[in-house]
Amino acid sequence: MKRSWVITTIIVVALGGWLGYSYNTRAQNGGGTQMTAVGSTALQPLVEAAGEEYAGKHLGVFINVQGGGTGTGLSQVQTGAVTMGDSDLFAEEKEGINAKGLVDHQVAVVGITPIANKDAGIKELTQAQLIQIFTGKITNWKQVGGKDLAITLLNRASGSGTRAVFEKWALKGAESAPAPEQDSSGMVRSIVATTPGAISYVAFSYADKSVQKVAIDHVEPTVANVTTNTWKIWAYEHVYTKGQPKGQVADFLNYLQSEKIQNTVVPQLGYISIHDMHVQRKADGQVINK
Amino acid sequence: MDEIRESLLKTSIATKKERIGKTLSISALLLIAIVVVSIFYFVASKGLATFFVDKINFWDFMTGKTWNPSVNGANGKPETGALPMIVGSFLITVLSAIIATPFAIGTAVFMTEISPKYGAKILQPVTELLVGIPSVVYGFIGLTVVVPFIRNIFGGSGFGILSGTIVLFVMILPTVTSMTVDTLRSVPQYYRESALAIGATRWQAIYKVILRAATPGILTAVVFGMARAFGEALAVQMVVGNAAIMPGNLISPAATLTSVLTMGIGNTVMGSMQNDVLWTLALILLLMSLVFNIIIRLIGKKGELK
Amino acid sequence: MSAKTSNKVATIVLYTIASLVILLLAALLGFILIDGVPHLSWHFLTSPAKAFQAGGGIGVQLFNSFYLLILTMVISLPIALGAGIYLNEYAKQNWFTAVIRTAIEILSSLPSVVVGLFGFLLFVVQFKLGFSVLSGAIALTLFNLPLLTRSVEGSLKSIPDLQREAGAALGLSKWETVGHVILPAAVPSIVTGVVLSAGRVFGEAAALIYTAGQSAPALNFGNWNPFDITSPLNPLRPAETLAVHIWKINSEGIMPDAAAVSAGASAVLVIAVLIFNLLARWLGKVLFKRLTAAR
Repeated sequence: MKRSWVITTIIVVALGGWLGYSYNTRAQNGGGTQMTAVGSTALQPLVEAAGEEYAGKHLGVFINVQGGGTGTGLSQVQTGAVTMGDSDLFAEEKEGINAKGLVDHQVAVVGITPIANKDAGIKELTQAQLIQIFTGKITNWKQVGGKDLAITLLNRASGSGTRAVFEKWALKGAESAPAPEQDSSGMVRSIVATTPGAISYVAFSYADKSVQKVAIDHVEPTVANVTTNTWKIWAYEHVYTKGQPKGQVADFLNYLQSEKIQNTVVPQLGYISIHDMHVQRKADGQVINK
Repeated sequence: MDEIRESLLKTSIATKKERIGKTLSISALLLIAIVVVSIFYFVASKGLATFFVDKINFWDFMTGKTWNPSVNGANGKPETGALPMIVGSFLITVLSAIIATPFAIGTAVFMTEISPKYGAKILQPVTELLVGIPSVVYGFIGLTVVVPFIRNIFGGSGFGILSGTIVLFVMILPTVTSMTVDTLRSVPQYYRESALAIGATRWQAIYKVILRAATPGILTAVVFGMARAFGEALAVQMVVGNAAIMPGNLISPAATLTSVLTMGIGNTVMGSMQNDVLWTLALILLLMSLVFNIIIRLIGKKGELK
Repeated sequence: MSAKTSNKVATIVLYTIASLVILLLAALLGFILIDGVPHLSWHFLTSPAKAFQAGGGIGVQLFNSFYLLILTMVISLPIALGAGIYLNEYAKQNWFTAVIRTAIEILSSLPSVVVGLFGFLLFVVQFKLGFSVLSGAIALTLFNLPLLTRSVEGSLKSIPDLQREAGAALGLSKWETVGHVILPAAVPSIVTGVVLSAGRVFGEAAALIYTAGQSAPALNFGNWNPFDITSPLNPLRPAETLAVHIWKINSEGIMPDAAAVSAGASAVLVIAVLIFNLLARWLGKVLFKRLTAAR
């Protein structure tokens, strides 16, 4: 009993001494700015990559980037719990958000393309056909010039930014028929790739060789077509702040929009640089030439 | 004399330790109770907002068959019928438990009664290993193996309640098995000895004595398995299809409470109606597992060895 | 059917079931390992992950998983031990304990995403712990307690009352009997429970996405000062675990080798659980020998 007490005391004292020593000698981060960005999982890698580069240049700045979804990002930035809210949508488009208090920083553009399983045997559709497919009026690929194969619809989760953009611009606001849903692009791609007759939609960066990209009305889903708004299914990626950003936060957001990031990390991750866009789109959908 | 008297009347060190120990252990228990109560309060306060703040009719919610909270239905109110998910969750949980229970009991009996040597050496480590596989991996295997399998045999897309059931069956099997093993091991050895001594065959001893004695424990194991199946989200979400429509058969896409909850919660704004209805789903989940629990407890009381 | 025939039939059936289950489990493990092991290398195990290029590793995530597991166990084991001891040794069979037991079982059926959001709103936002190892460990504790308490209680229950009577006969108080006789005897079975729940903690993703976060900032493994943000020991840094990493690359991963990283990470996870399992078993045996008279 006695010996164990001695040992316990020694351990406690040693631990306490170590902690105290550590606390006193901890790295003195000059100012030690920490900022947290939460929200869209689609935007997370971009902010993370840019954040790492930024932190490498500005010692003592720490940028903490988390996912959680567009809804979480917007609600948390609105309550002030986080510094930046990542969003796939304009705050005005999201129900339950008071967009007035939030400041929008567009950091990238993302193009979205319909993808189909390769067995369907089609490479392009007209927009009218696409709408009829997604509203459940066309149910076999034969009806649009493909093989005799039933169409399997696959949607993103309701409320997801990609789905909202797709319904608004590809389906002209039509509501998709009830169908299976998945909440991530990676899942959607792998399901479309393996399910005969499946059709869905993903951001350009996810549309690899395992699936068939579908052109609409003879327009190919390419970056060049997005920059001129010939391909209409695209959206901005937003970082929202509560009120005008100040100090390091403003500096970091400028860095995100700088030529350097826009020309390196942005295209590497499969986004489109905001500087390449020849048009500008407002929250209400109005498009103006730059 | 006084010294002896004093030392006899004084609270002994052992008594003091006893008191401290008892206080410590009950405070741990109370801590758990507080956690449970606060989670309950948290979920209930958010979940009930659907009915009190957003004024959605309770019966419409529980019996409606269309789920699309971001769109207003024919009556001008958001379509918040949760019945398809309730049915989906219920079916998947019950089916997977029904399949898993005989397998789990059979394996556990094998491990404890028939071949304890192989049981302890091979089966136990493997089952314990499987508990640690993340549900994402189960889901991924389900997606690459089970779904195409179902599609090739039954046609359709392969996504549906059947795929979900199979994945959950494999997921809960280790949990139920290892808990059943613990229960069987805790059946006193003299039960077996006395059964064999009065001339029972091994099977009779197992069936009439050991399993009966272990019934409450086995039921708890099944409840835990069902609970896990019930609360499981990521794996089910990958194979069930997530279409919030009434499941007409076992191989058409369906949805469960958890899959809809997990998919939607990050995409909705806290405090909005679309978010509140998801919390209501969580509340239903809690209440349904409460009901399950009570039912199983009642069965357990009946099956108990008198 | 005579008793003997039914005995034979039952034995055959039991053998069949057991071999079926072994086959199933072996196939499952084989699938994961065969898929994943070829991707393993020292580089993969030690280097940090890459967001969009090939060749990323899982070093930080692996460390985070273990650190989070240890922290969770440090928090949850004492609580579960206390609660288990009370439930089995002190509690009377009345409505109060029945309610608490039910509550514990219900806690275990909570979908982990609910636990995660509860943790997010309470610990991350309210208590300002941020996305951190600590928030994650507390959330996992909530989720871990029911299973652990149950298994502690079960382990204690399986110790024959004879031992308690022996303790009492020696003049030990109830607490002393529990501490010196019952608990040591129950160690191997408690260890099994710990291993089981540790496995679940290791594989949990949904509860951690909102609490420990899904980013793994690079760590400086030369810096063991727990107050530095780059130190592996800092409990207040965000920490993506292996399971969360697998979830993330399966859902939104855009690195070209996502499938390989995911398969490799799954295999590592299984192997880690295996090693952990063996270690815990060995530790249980050693403890059992040291704490009891059994040889």
